[in-house]
Order: sequence, then C-alpha cells, then structure tokens
Amino acid sequence: MMALQTDGGEPAIRAEGIQKRFGKTQALRDVDLVAARGTVVGLLGPNGAGKTTMVRILTTLIRPDAGYAHVAGFDVVKQAQEVRYRIGLAGQQAAIDEFLTGRDNLEMVGRLYHMGRRAARRRADELLERFGLAEAASRLAKTYSGGMRRRLDLAASLVVAPPILFLDEPTTGLDPRHRIDMWDVIRQLVSDGTTLLLTTQYLEEADRLADQIVVMDAGTVVATGTADQLKRRIGGERIDVQVRDAADLPAARAALASAVGAEAELDAGARRVMVPVSSGAAALAAVVRELDAAAVTIEDIALRRPTLDEVFLQLTGHAGADAARGESA
Amino acid sequence: MNTALTPTVHPSALRRLVWVFSDSWTVARRNLMHIRHMPEKLADVTIQPVMFVFMFAYIFGSAIVVPGGNYRSFLMPGIFGQSMVFGSMSIMSAIVNDMSKGVMDRFRSLPMARSAMLIGHTTSALIESVLGLAVMVACGLVVGWRAHLGAGHTLAAFGLLLLFAFAMMWIGTFAAMFLRTVEAVQGIGFVIMFPFTFVANTFVPTRGMPPWLRGIAQWNPMSAVVAACRRLFGNTGPSAAAAAWPLQHPVLASAAFSCLIIAIFLPLAVARFRSVTTR
Repeated sequence: MMALQTDGGEPAIRAEGIQKRFGKTQALRDVDLVAARGTVVGLLGPNGAGKTTMVRILTTLIRPDAGYAHVAGFDVVKQAQEVRYRIGLAGQQAAIDEFLTGRDNLEMVGRLYHMGRRAARRRADELLERFGLAEAASRLAKTYSGGMRRRLDLAASLVVAPPILFLDEPTTGLDPRHRIDMWDVIRQLVSDGTTLLLTTQYLEEADRLADQIVVMDAGTVVATGTADQLKRRIGGERIDVQVRDAADLPAARAALASAVGAEAELDAGARRVMVPVSSGAAALAAVVRELDAAAVTIEDIALRRPTLDEVFLQLTGHAGADAARGESA
Repeated sequence: MNTALTPTVHPSALRRLVWVFSDSWTVARRNLMHIRHMPEKLADVTIQPVMFVFMFAYIFGSAIVVPGGNYRSFLMPGIFGQSMVFGSMSIMSAIVNDMSKGVMDRFRSLPMARSAMLIGHTTSALIESVLGLAVMVACGLVVGWRAHLGAGHTLAAFGLLLLFAFAMMWIGTFAAMFLRTVEAVQGIGFVIMFPFTFVANTFVPTRGMPPWLRGIAQWNPMSAVVAACRRLFGNTGPSAAAAAWPLQHPVLASAAFSCLIIAIFLPLAVARFRSVTTR
C-alpha cells in the first residue's frame, strides 16, 4: 500500500503557470505557488484578484485551462480523488446544511470520506467539543449564529484531519472579536504541522497568521515573501504629522528627520509630514519630543501601519478594488 | 497528524461501486432528514394534491359530468398523475438550494462518488413521491375511489406513476441547473406545471376541448399516464374511438413517454451537471 505522505522534498502545494478564463475575464494568468509542508501561506488580495479561483483549482472544484498543480503530491486534475482525501476546504460561504443538526452535518461529511458510521459519529462529537458546539450539537444549523456557522464549517473541513487545509477568507464578515477568536483557532490548527493555504483581504490577518504571503492582483502574483519582507518593501510603519500652520512645515520635517534618522516626506497641501519608522511607539515619543523642542504646533499625530490599499498602490501602481475595506490596525 | 485517514490509493472496482451506493444513500438520507425537520417540504406532494382532491371532488366535480357517471373515480388517477409531476418541484428546489449555498462545493471537495449527488437526490425524491402517493391513495379511498382490477393491475398502475415521477425528476434536475434561486423554482414550476397538468385529461375528459387544444391534450404524456391508471384501476375511462393513439394504448404509451423523457433528460442533466460543476 502506498503511504499517505509524499516523499521528503515534495512541497504540500506546488502550482506552476496556472491559467483560468471565465468567458471574457482572464481570472488567473500564469500563477505560480508553492507551499512547503507544515507552513501557512496567505494569499492576499482584493476581491477579484483571483484568490478564490486559485483555491477552487487547488481543491479540484474547477480545472485550470493551462498549467499544473500538485497537492499532497497528486495532480489536481488527473488524480483529483486522491487529492480530495487529503484536503479540507472551508469556503467563503459557510457550506453547511442548514436543515441538519450540527452533528448530522459533520457525520454526513465523515460518511462521504468513507468513514464507518460509528467512526464518523465519534469524530463528529470530538469536533463539536473542540469547537465549542457540543451544546448546540442537536440543534438545526439554521439556528446557529454567524460565528457558530463558521466554526461548524471549519469543523467540517477537519473531519479527516487533512494534512492540507484551505480556508477561503475565513474571517470575512466576522466582527473583530470573532475574527480574533478565529485566528486563535487557526493558529492551533497549524500548530500540529498541518499545511494551510488561506486567502484574505486583510493585510493584518496575513501578517498574524502566514509564514509566507503571496500578494495577488488581477489574476497575477505581484509579490511573494514573509510579512517582514513585504512590509520593508512597502515601507512598514510610519509617523504622520499634521501641523496647524503651514509655515512650520520645514521645522517639522527637520524634527522628524532628526528624531528617527530618516528622510521625511512632505505634503504641503495637507500640511502633513510623514516619516517611515521601524520601532513605532518609541519613535513616536522621540518625534513628539523633537517637535515640542522645535515649538511646532501640531493638529494631529499618528503612528500608521500600511493599509492594504497602500500595499497595492505600492506593488501594483493602482489602488486595490476593495480599498475602502482595507484594514488599518 | 492525519491519523484518521487510511488511504486506499487504488480502490477496487467493487469497492468503488459500493461507494456509489453508500454515498448516494448518504445524500438521499440527508434529504429525507430535511423532511423530519421541515415537514412542509412535503407540501408539494401532499397538502397541494389533497386540496385538489377536495376542490375537484366537491366543488368543480359537482358540475362536471363524465361518461360512466362517477366523477370521483375519474378524478383520482388524474390527481395521482399530478402529484407525481409536482414531485419534480421538490428535487428542483433541493438541487438549486445546494448549488446556491456553497453546499455543492463542500460535497465536491470530498472524495465521494461523483454520481452520488444526482442519484442521491433522485432516490430521496422518489421516496418522497411514494409517500405522497400513499397520502393520495388514502385520500382517494376517503372520497370513494377504488381500484377494481386486482393487485397486479393496481401495482402496475403505481409502477407507471412512479416511472412517470422519475421521468419528471430528470426534467426538474436538468432545469435546476439553469436556475439560481429557490424562488425562481417556484415561479418557473407553476408556469410550466399548471398548463402541463391541466391541458390533459387530468380533471375533465378531453372531448369537450376545442380541437386544437384537444390534440395537444391527447398527446400530452400526462394524459397517457392518467388514462393508463384509469384503465388499470378499472375506473371508468372514456377512451372514445376517435381518441389519439396514446389514449387508445395508454399503458404502452405512458411507459414509452416516460422512458423517452428519461432517455433525453437523464443524459442532458448529467452532462449539464458535469459542465456546471467542473468549469
């Protein structure tokens, strides 16, 4: 019998030259993607970037027009069933059956992985317990809250403890508290060596969870790297000062430059001065002291992290389609 | 990790066949569980036909005269046929619902047998039709309908009805692939189903209809099914010598119509399902 794991060097996910067209829209053009085993890869991009299409190809739901993809060492087109035994997928919509109970939902999924009835039932109970749904296990999923649905959906993707997990925008639509809960759940999931590919529109989410970030826009990969590498590339945090009197701008600029030891940028129209910083809070204190010493009256001062919009502006030369929803922390 | 998984990389043909059955049953069972939680799902095949029975038996029937005299005996086979047609609404809704809610993606990311989705849906729909038919028969017995020609003929009639239901399901399945919402199913369903079940010998003899309409009604597969049932139940079925071929040989004609519909729509539905789901 063949072993489940693939041989040593094979990454969990390897895709090359993936192309996909829907009618007149070229959804993916020549996308490459690699996820080493046991790592978390974040696919970051606005709506319409092609993230979901990529996930659907890797999870065997649709076929690429060109290129090839191996998941767990199996070809997603030619060996789709083999791939399906080794992946879990939780999509953007909670794909649960509203007219079944939570337990019946999970048990059904287990049965469709060809687990025995008793094993499926046992696994369902385990997962319900783990995701805090034990008390709601016998209730119809229709009655679940949004957060509970997401957890049930996630549990359904974990029925066979798949070595490779795909989460498509796992926190979109969740309020901030539930988003943070979900992050904790995801971190626990990957702590046992599961490979995770997650898509997100939120830079912060990719930052918190992903080892590698792949930035996509308009069907192509525009950047790849760790969160730190990307942040350096797009400038990381910066301090943003607005002065009351435009005449103070040169003095403010000099103060910022000397406080952080970097060139400050000027936006005369908005009476603003900006400077990139590496050690945010400490730099902020230094800037305030310098400004005070220079007797500059300030209207506003803030430490800003790059928003998704700025990432896109920087990487693609245009704003992300979903700029308004881009997160700033 | 992944201790729960015992992979069989090359399952035998037999095992794959067993999975087709067990996966289909898992899907069918899940649909039937919906009925337990949501009994109104059965309304299409129960409450509606019951309403029709009482409406026609006691309201319209009081003004309709059929040759042989007993309108309620004449009516019931029509009602049976109509409830088989309405059964296709429920499979349409079920499939559209799965497609629109992302549930289909979950199913398709699982290593289940590909064919199990449609087999499972038609299996549960067929079981629902049997339940509906049982309700209708009970209802018919209450209003005085009887089958007069023995168990063999009676079972043959039920067989033809379920074959017809099965044929209608494949039309419903095919149509479901083009619809996006369950509301659309209701809308389309009624626009198609009312003419289909009314322009026939379902509720009144076709002979009183204007000639052009009578031609359509007599060639409507619905008429053949209903006429076959009237004949097999021994309910007075006026099959005038002038009637079209399907009404002169209703048993053969209804079986042939159903098989023809299945032969056309089953492959169409399967092909459409494949193309919709593997784009």
